[in-house]
Parts: sequence; structure tokens; C-alpha cells
Amino acid sequence: MSAWHSLRDWLNDRLEWDDLIEPLRKKAVPLHGLSYWYFLGGITLFLFVIQVLTGILLLLYYRPGANEAFESVQYIMTQVQFGWLIRSVHAWSANLMVFTAFAHMFSVLFLKAYRKPRELTCVSGVILLFLVMGFGFSGYLLPWNTLAFFATKVGTDIAGQVPVIGKPLMIFLRGGEEVTGATLTRFFGFHVAVLPGLATLLILLHVLLVQRLGISVPPKLEVEWNANPAMKREMKFFPNFMLRELMAWYVALGVLGALAAIFPWNLGVKADPFVPAPAGIKPEWYFLFMFQTLKMIPSKVWFIDGEVLGVLTFGVIGLVWLLLPFFESEDPSRTKRWITGLAIFALAYVAGMSVYGHLAK
Amino acid sequence: MAGKDPGTAGAGNQFSTPVPRRRVVEALLGSGFLATAVAFFYPVLRYLVPPQESDLGGDSVVAGRVGELKPNSGKIFRFGQHPGLLIRTASGEYRAMSATCTHLSCTVQYRDDLHEVWCACHNGMYDLNGRNVSGPPPRPLESFEVQVRGEEIYVRRRREA
Repeated sequence: MSAWHSLRDWLNDRLEWDDLIEPLRKKAVPLHGLSYWYFLGGITLFLFVIQVLTGILLLLYYRPGANEAFESVQYIMTQVQFGWLIRSVHAWSANLMVFTAFAHMFSVLFLKAYRKPRELTCVSGVILLFLVMGFGFSGYLLPWNTLAFFATKVGTDIAGQVPVIGKPLMIFLRGGEEVTGATLTRFFGFHVAVLPGLATLLILLHVLLVQRLGISVPPKLEVEWNANPAMKREMKFFPNFMLRELMAWYVALGVLGALAAIFPWNLGVKADPFVPAPAGIKPEWYFLFMFQTLKMIPSKVWFIDGEVLGVLTFGVIGLVWLLLPFFESEDPSRTKRWITGLAIFALAYVAGMSVYGHLAK
Repeated sequence: MAGKDPGTAGAGNQFSTPVPRRRVVEALLGSGFLATAVAFFYPVLRYLVPPQESDLGGDSVVAGRVGELKPNSGKIFRFGQHPGLLIRTASGEYRAMSATCTHLSCTVQYRDDLHEVWCACHNGMYDLNGRNVSGPPPRPLESFEVQVRGEEIYVRRRREA
């Protein structure tokens, strides 16, 4: 008997390991023309793990604080061996993770995977997407460069526009009236402690729900398969799908490594609270659609300030997005078309406004 | 009889009638837990609110020196914790205003090509008196009083009339 087998038997005697693996063996992944969309959640999870690992490595040298943060990131990039690569992987992986999380959400909407009984899986996923954006927003400030400084000023001011709780919320986020070193310390805390803790809990819940409820079949196919069970095609999750997922991760790692090495993330200019915002300033691409919208809303719409209207509208849309699964019909043959329509409109709006925001002066 | 005593329950129905003593214990325990929760969360919530910082700039600051600014140019100066904008117009006059955009609080700048104040973040425009003239800013910039004393340019908040 090999050492591996004896170790496995030893563990099995004590932990009844096989019972834990059993549900994984029973789990099956539906096979159809759109099955490749099922890889996206796993790839997002993989990128999150990369974020945790590279984030821990960056923590070994990074120092929060208005007088040290920029210099410490500069030190990582110029003095520490492969520091530039670790930071570049962290930054690229963050961007890819936002992209795959968005793609995962839209694939779930278009394949209608959020239907009963998976409403809570979807809600936890949308909250995770918001957390991912929170990671992006808080992490962006940490190098303390000019772009990040103004992005944080605008972003926290947007939070400040929320009626009633806005001002206290803004002061809480900034650690004072203005964006200063106190803001950096807070954002550092959110980025490396609060958000990872929350995200880990939600990811566990999300994966547990996926495990418990199995993988959704698109409604059209579900109706066909229910009418004619002989048509049903599935693949075992473990090990068949899992091995394919691992290959997808390997490809993702290749793409990530290539991007990080060929296009190292730059650092920019150190933030100075007493210089004007530079011309052509823009946020990260995943906030561009909101940025461009806020830019286009006039200063007053009827009697409401333009930015308050914009912020309230995005807030309401975010809430509706979170609750979208609860508007869907339980019957797979009578799914609501307007939800798909809304998803197409949202995708077109986000994509269109992002491109417009990128090209606009 | 013991059953008539409101403080104790009769032997036959002690499980079906409310027992005031139990309620007292529940109320004591409940309020105890509540007090513990308050004692726990109140300091935490207060801790989250950053202490008020006094605006060290006071009411008046030296924004620059005479000769530092050419006509038709501007500079950012510190007004306590906040940025201010000092402009020397093409005719040589000094103007000062808050440099925090009233839209989403980016720092504005003087555009010598347009003779206007511009916010790069969302393309907001103000005139030389700080009035919002185009783009998303909802309100004018707070304008300050400028006084030239000797070689120094003093800027101070306008007093309410």
C-alpha cells in the first residue's frame, strides 16, 4: 500500500473523509451548448485566491500612511526582487476578477440560473460582486497616487450624497472631513481585514449553496428534459468537471502571468492634496459607466441636485438588482422576459457608457 | 390558599398560568443582556466616528506673495485643511475662492486659455467669481476676500453682512 493510501485510510478512520467527499461525487454538471459559462464562477474564485496570496506578499513590505505608502510601493516595485511582478499580478488579477465576476453575473441572468430555489445563491453572489467593487475601490487608494486620491475624493463624496446618512457615512469612510492619511489607514483596514473576512464568509455560503442546490439548467432545456428525461445529459462534477475547471484555472493563470509581465502596473505620481485634479482624470474601468453618467447629469434636474439624483438612481438600481430573482416566475416554461430585457439593457448601458467614458475627453 | 396568592401558582395549574417570578427573571436577564449589548456597541460605534479636528488655518491665511503670480494665472493654497484657489486675472486683479468643486469635491484649477475655473473630474466650469456656469456643479464655489498687505496676499472668509 502506498504512503498516500495509508494516510488516506488513517484520516478516513478518524474523520470519515469519504462521507465528506460523497456529495461531490453525486454532484453532476448539466451538459449543453452553453455549459462553458459554468466555468466563470470557479475562475473568479481562483482569482480571489490569487488576490489573497499576492496580497499577503505585498503586506510584507507595504506601509500604510500618507508619508510612507507611495514610497513603500515604489520600494516594492524597484528594490524588492520580483516586487514589480507580485504587485502587477495583484493589480491585474483584481481587474480580471472584477471582469469575471461581472461576466458570471450576466451569465447567471441570461441563463436564468437565479430562479427558485437559487434566489439566495444569486443574492449572495450580487453582494459578493459589490464587495469585489469595494475591494477595487479601497485597494486603489493604497499606493497613494494622484489618480487614486481624486478617485477616493469623488467616490466618498458620492457616498456623502445619500440623503440623511450620507454625511456621517462620508466622515466614517474618510476618517474625517477630507481625504487624508486617516482615509488611507481606514481603507487599508477595510481592504486587508474587513472585506476579506466578509468575502470569505459569503464565498463559503455561496459555494455551499451551489453545492447544496446543484447546478441550474437553462429553463428551455429544463422543460425539454422534464418532458423527455432520456435527453438529459450530465457530467460528473468530481473528477470530470473539476479537472476541466482546473484547466480553465491554468489558462487564467497563463493569461494573468502574461498580462502582469508584459504590461506591468504603473505607480503614477504621489498624491498631493493641494494640487488640482489633473486633466483627463478617470476612475478604474469598472466605475467608468457610473462616472460618465454622473458627468452627463445636469446640475439640477427639476428641484433635485444632479449628483444626488444620480447616486439615488444607482442605489435603487443596485437594490433592484439584488432582489431580481424574487420577481421571476417559478415555472420554467413561463419565465419573465422583461428580466432578460433588463439584463440586456444593463449590459448595453454599462458597456456603452464605459466605452464612451474611455473615449470622452 | 396558595393558589390565590398572585406570587405563586396553584399546584394544579402551575404550568398553565403565567408565573410572575419567571417573568421577573426573564426581564432581569433580558435587560441585563440588553445593557451588555449597549455597553459593548456604544463605545464601538463612538470609536468609528473620527474625532473633530480644529481647522488650524483660522479665518485668514497668507495665500501667496506679490509677484509670485503672473497675470492670467492661478495657484492652489492651503486654507486650513482645505485647498483654496488664488487667481490673478488678466487685468492683474486678485480673486480667491474655495478650490473644492461643489459637485463631487475634486480640486479645481484656473484655465488660462478659457479665463475660467475648471474641474477636471467631471468637466465643471466656474467664472472668476466662483459662479457655476456649466457642467454638473450645483452651487458656486465659496469666494474669499483678498487683501494685499505689503508683500503678502492675505485671504479670508467673507463675513456675513
